[in-house]
Amino acid sequence: MATFFGEVVVAPSRAGVDDEESAEESCEETPEDREIRRELEKKREIDVLWTLKPGAPAGSSADQPFACSQFIVAIGHNAAAFLSSFILDSVCWEVVGVVKLWNEWCRTSNTTNVLPTDSFCLFYQLISDPTVLLCQCSCYVAEDQQFQWLEKVLGCMRKEGLQVTILSTCPVADYKTQESTLTLPSPFLKALKTKEFKEQICCPLLEQPNIVRDLPAAVLSYCQVWHIPAVLYQCYTDIIKLDTITIEAFKPLLSSKMLKSLVKDVSESSKILKKLLTTNETHNNIYI
Amino acid sequence: YFVYCGARVPLQPAVSVGNVGQLAIDLVISTLDMTKVGYFYTDCLVPMVGNNPYATAEENSVELSINAEVYSLPSKKLVVLQIRSPFIKNKYRPFCQMLLSWVKSSKCAQVVLLSSSHAYQRDDEQLLGTPLRYLLTPDLEKAFGGLMQELNWKEMEKVAAYPGINDTEKILHIPGGGITKLLFTESCSKGIQMAVLLKFCSEGDNIPDAFALVNYLNEWLQLIKSEVSAV
Repeated sequence: MATFFGEVVVAPSRAGVDDEESAEESCEETPEDREIRRELEKKREIDVLWTLKPGAPAGSSADQPFACSQFIVAIGHNAAAFLSSFILDSVCWEVVGVVKLWNEWCRTSNTTNVLPTDSFCLFYQLISDPTVLLCQCSCYVAEDQQFQWLEKVLGCMRKEGLQVTILSTCPVADYKTQESTLTLPSPFLKALKTKEFKEQICCPLLEQPNIVRDLPAAVLSYCQVWHIPAVLYQCYTDIIKLDTITIEAFKPLLSSKMLKSLVKDVSESSKILKKLLTTNETHNNIYI
Repeated sequence: YFVYCGARVPLQPAVSVGNVGQLAIDLVISTLDMTKVGYFYTDCLVPMVGNNPYATAEENSVELSINAEVYSLPSKKLVVLQIRSPFIKNKYRPFCQMLLSWVKSSKCAQVVLLSSSHAYQRDDEQLLGTPLRYLLTPDLEKAFGGLMQELNWKEMEKVAAYPGINDTEKILHIPGGGITKLLFTESCSKGIQMAVLLKFCSEGDNIPDAFALVNYLNEWLQLIKSEVSAV
C-alpha cells in the first residue's frame, strides 16, 4: 500500500504472535471478556441464504450436498463487473442465494436487489443448466471469515465432477519480478491452478516467489486439499477502483472452454459496462 | 554413539522473528529432497497460495503450494511440517492444540521445533558464547539428556521474572518466538517428547541464521554427513 511521503511506518514484526498477544497470556480471561468475545464471534459469523436450492428438486433435504459442475467465482468489484457485463443477464440466469456478513469494513444484508456499487455476495444459477453456478463477491471477507465462507459455500456442493474458476484482482505493486516494472504491460493476467486442473490456461502461470492471499487463495487451497480441479485468474492492475481497462483485461477468458458457452451478446456488453461505470462516477463529485 | 531407531521425527517451524524456523525447514526440505505427502488444513492460518518454491526445473515449477504442508522422507523416518503464513488473530491457541493432538495421534516419537528469539532482548548470561540454544521436555530429557552434554550444547537460560527486584524467581521467556513457549509448555504437561532448537537473531537477511540453525540440528540428528566439522 502507498504511504504518504515522510510518514513513519512501523513494519509489522514477523514474529507471528504480537507481543501484545503474548502479554495476554499472563492475565486471566474473565467471564465477561469471554462473553464479549463470544458475542462478537456470533456477530461475525457469516450466513449463506439459498433462496432456491440449486440443482435440487423442490422439497429435498436441505442438508444434502447439491451437484454442481461449474462454479465461477468473481472476487472484487472489477471481476464482478466483468461477469455482469460479459456473462450475466436476467434472461439466462437467476439469483439463487446471498451471503450475509458483518465485519469492520463491510456489512451485507440478505437482500438480492443490489446496485453495482454496493458490496454484496450473490449466487446465480444458469437456467438452462442448473449445475452451473456463479458467484459475484464484491464485499470484503475478513481473514477470520474466509474459512467459514469456504465451509458454508463450497461445503454444500458435491465435490465429484465439480470444477472451479476464480477471478480476482490485486495491485501491480504486489507483483515481484526481476524485470523493470516500467515495462510491465499493466493490467495483466496470471494464473494458478490445482494439480487436478488439466485444461488449457489462457494466460501465463504466476511465477515464484509471487503469492496470492485472502479469499481467492482460500478457495484455491480448499480445491487443492480436496482434489477439485480449479484455476485462479489474478489480474494485476494499477487502478483499485472499478475501471474499464481492468475489466477488459479478463477478456481472454471468454475464449476459454468453461466460459465460451456462457458468453452473451458482446455488443450489449460495452453498453452495460458504460452504465456500470457511470453509476460509479456520481460518487466522484467535488466542490469548492 | 548415536543410536536412532524406529522413531519418526516431525520437524516443525515456529513462526518467529526473522522467519528463521521457516527458512530452516525450507532448507531441510530442499536439501533432503523430501516429498509432499499432505496438507495441514486449518482455519487458524492466513490463506496463501503460490507455485512450488522448491522448483528446480520447468517441469516441477507448476505445483500449487498452500499455507501449511507436510513433507516426508521415509528412509530417515522424518516428517516435516512447513508453515508459510502467520496466524489469524486469536487463533494461535487453537492452532497449538490442533498441532499437538496431531502429533499425538500420528504417533510421532519425538518432535523438534525450530525457532528463534529476539537477539536484542538477551540478558547478560545469554550474551555469552554461542547464539544457539535448546530446550527439552522432561520426557525427552530422560531419553536424550546426556547427549546434549556430550554435544556441548547450551540450554536456554531462564530469566528473572522481575529483574532487579527479585532475581530468584526465574521464568522461561522467548521474546519474538511466537508460539514456541506455548507449544513447549503444553508439550511438557502433555508428556510429548519435544525439543526446541532456537537461535537469537534480528530481523533482516536471515538466511545465514537458518544455515546455522540447520547445522545445529544436524549435529544432533545427523541428517546429512557434514563435510567440515561444525564449529
